[in-house]
Amino acid sequence: MSKKSTANAEKPAEAAPSVTDYSRSPVNSRLSREQKIELHRKMVRIRRFEERSLRAYQAKKIGGFLHLYIGQEAVAVGCCSLMGKDDHIITAYRDHGHAIAVGMELNPLMAELYGKATGCSKGKGGSMHYFDPSRNFWGGHGIVGGQIPLGVGLAYGIKYKGLKGAAMAFMGDGAVNQGAVHEAYNLAALWKLPVVFVIENNGYSMGTSQARSSAGELAKRAEGYDMPWGQCNGHDVYEVRACMEKYLTLAREKHQPSTVEIDTYRYRGHSVADPDNTYRSKQEIEEYRRTKDPIQVFQQKLLAEGVLDDATIEKIDAEARAEADTAAEFSEASPFPTVDDIQKDVYWEADHPTERKSKGRLFFD
Amino acid sequence: MPLITYREAVRHALAEEIERDRNVVVMGEEVAQFNGAYKVTEGLLARFGPERIVDTPISEAGFIGMGIGASMLGVRPVMELMFWSFYSVAFDQILNNAANVRYMSGGQIHCPIVIRGPANGGTNVGATHSHTPENVLANHPGVKVVVPATPYDAKGLLKSAIRDNDPVFFLENTMLYGEKGEVPAEEYLVPLGLADVKRQGTDLSIVTYGRSVLHSLAAAAILEKEHDVSVEVVDLRSIRPLDIDTVLASVAKTHRVLIVEEQKPFASVGAQLSYMIQREAFDELDGPIHRVTTVDAPAIYSPPIEIEQLPNPQRVLKAALEVVASSE
Repeated sequence: MSKKSTANAEKPAEAAPSVTDYSRSPVNSRLSREQKIELHRKMVRIRRFEERSLRAYQAKKIGGFLHLYIGQEAVAVGCCSLMGKDDHIITAYRDHGHAIAVGMELNPLMAELYGKATGCSKGKGGSMHYFDPSRNFWGGHGIVGGQIPLGVGLAYGIKYKGLKGAAMAFMGDGAVNQGAVHEAYNLAALWKLPVVFVIENNGYSMGTSQARSSAGELAKRAEGYDMPWGQCNGHDVYEVRACMEKYLTLAREKHQPSTVEIDTYRYRGHSVADPDNTYRSKQEIEEYRRTKDPIQVFQQKLLAEGVLDDATIEKIDAEARAEADTAAEFSEASPFPTVDDIQKDVYWEADHPTERKSKGRLFFD
Repeated sequence: MPLITYREAVRHALAEEIERDRNVVVMGEEVAQFNGAYKVTEGLLARFGPERIVDTPISEAGFIGMGIGASMLGVRPVMELMFWSFYSVAFDQILNNAANVRYMSGGQIHCPIVIRGPANGGTNVGATHSHTPENVLANHPGVKVVVPATPYDAKGLLKSAIRDNDPVFFLENTMLYGEKGEVPAEEYLVPLGLADVKRQGTDLSIVTYGRSVLHSLAAAAILEKEHDVSVEVVDLRSIRPLDIDTVLASVAKTHRVLIVEEQKPFASVGAQLSYMIQREAFDELDGPIHRVTTVDAPAIYSPPIEIEQLPNPQRVLKAALEVVASSE
């Protein structure tokens, strides 16, 4: 069983994967040795963080849902590595990779999963709701497709303030069938807003394959809104960067929105509650792991380029494992929020009592 | 003091705040070129141009969500819903995103957005266009909900709402747009969360808001003149934050309470008020709290009968006499 069995889902990039060497794309050829290693390190850190969080979940240290990004690392790392100071991102609930990719520290990210007061959202958001506006990362949103209008709003804000930036609004392949996404497409195209809609197509909206959920090509729907669109192989961080750079430049320079569909794959279930034995085969997962793992793919390229050697790879991996372990220890040792904390961070005014202008009761019992 | 309509009061508030703050943008369906479906924004496009007065497609989830996203970056969008009834198609944006994003981010983000428009029955447009969602909205911690009854309050409250750093939902009323009232020429603000005693009295407190204030005042005049009952009318003006202290002070004075609201009765604003009054002023009450609400059914179309479905002076009068009779 293939994740995409529609007749027209074959992609040029997949049909002829060796035609272009994306390491030679300008956006990649100007990378320094250190920058290339950093791309690799970020992907490894995401994976080790998530593997560690899975163990914590299995040990019942983490509640609720845990949507792992394992297998998709090149997408968030590739896209976020292109961000300048006026670029912004927003994504859905599979958000750990993006958070690490924009530079958030592992301690507060892990502590958030543990529901601790030292978490990035003080234990109030959880796995699906990471935020860091200081790094232009606007979440972390739980409702499929609901974040996409907000992403268009970020683009509106960038343009209204006269800044030369772009917003990246990430969604999964399941989100393309939500009405809010199409309303957002229309507004972005109608008003020439600097946004790139990024479809991370991992082939399954929860347990329903693309072939069983979506008619036609996903990115091509942008044509209906007169937006340019593209597709790329999300297993190769070089290709992600080369592809996204083009569309980000269109957004920043010409206020031209677009949709980019990035082909990727998740090795774990939809969430850790997904037994992952009903909708795809073990062989399919193994085939992806063996031939398309984004970390392995990039590692091989960097070995061939002489940027990495086995010792450095080993060191990066050991450091990432240690960092994830440290984050878990930090989280373990951190306090939970208190019952008094429940009603903080609800109203700006309640949190800034000396600046409060309104009267009356804000909270009820 | 100049006498202006409720519609003009809202428009003046918008214009003054657009002039005051570069970040204020008015957006909505037909707000610019068409001059507003209810002419609230008439003339604003000519005065401020298309960057500040923005026509949107009929796409509430899209443009309301967009406004929320822009507000996270410091834009102060004032979004018009042609009818608040259309909030249902933007529910996820309004009550998942705007209401929750501050909390879920641990206080890192705030959304200084205003969503405004009419929310009322009485115009014979049937059930889809006659919703009064202030109870539904106020059920969501993180948001503020305002329902002004007079031109003075509408202007002063809207200016405060636009300056507020939390999401404020501002519920107007098409039946009030043509009502006139005195509004000062000089600038003023009415703080959110401050009730206003619209009429002083000693025998009965009518606690109300929105257009029901006008019905209550009309009934109070008859009660005074024909039944020798002195009625105090407390206009909440703001549902959340809620000025319960003014309500309790009135209850302590009159010992009788009638709530009048254009709400379906189940889990209405009045239900919350009744709970709070009995909890905090039980010993002050001489009898049970009574309530006039919308008759519990979807909004009927039939014009003469819709009047009877909604609160009106005759229904308020009848209920007020029952309260007085039951506590004697």
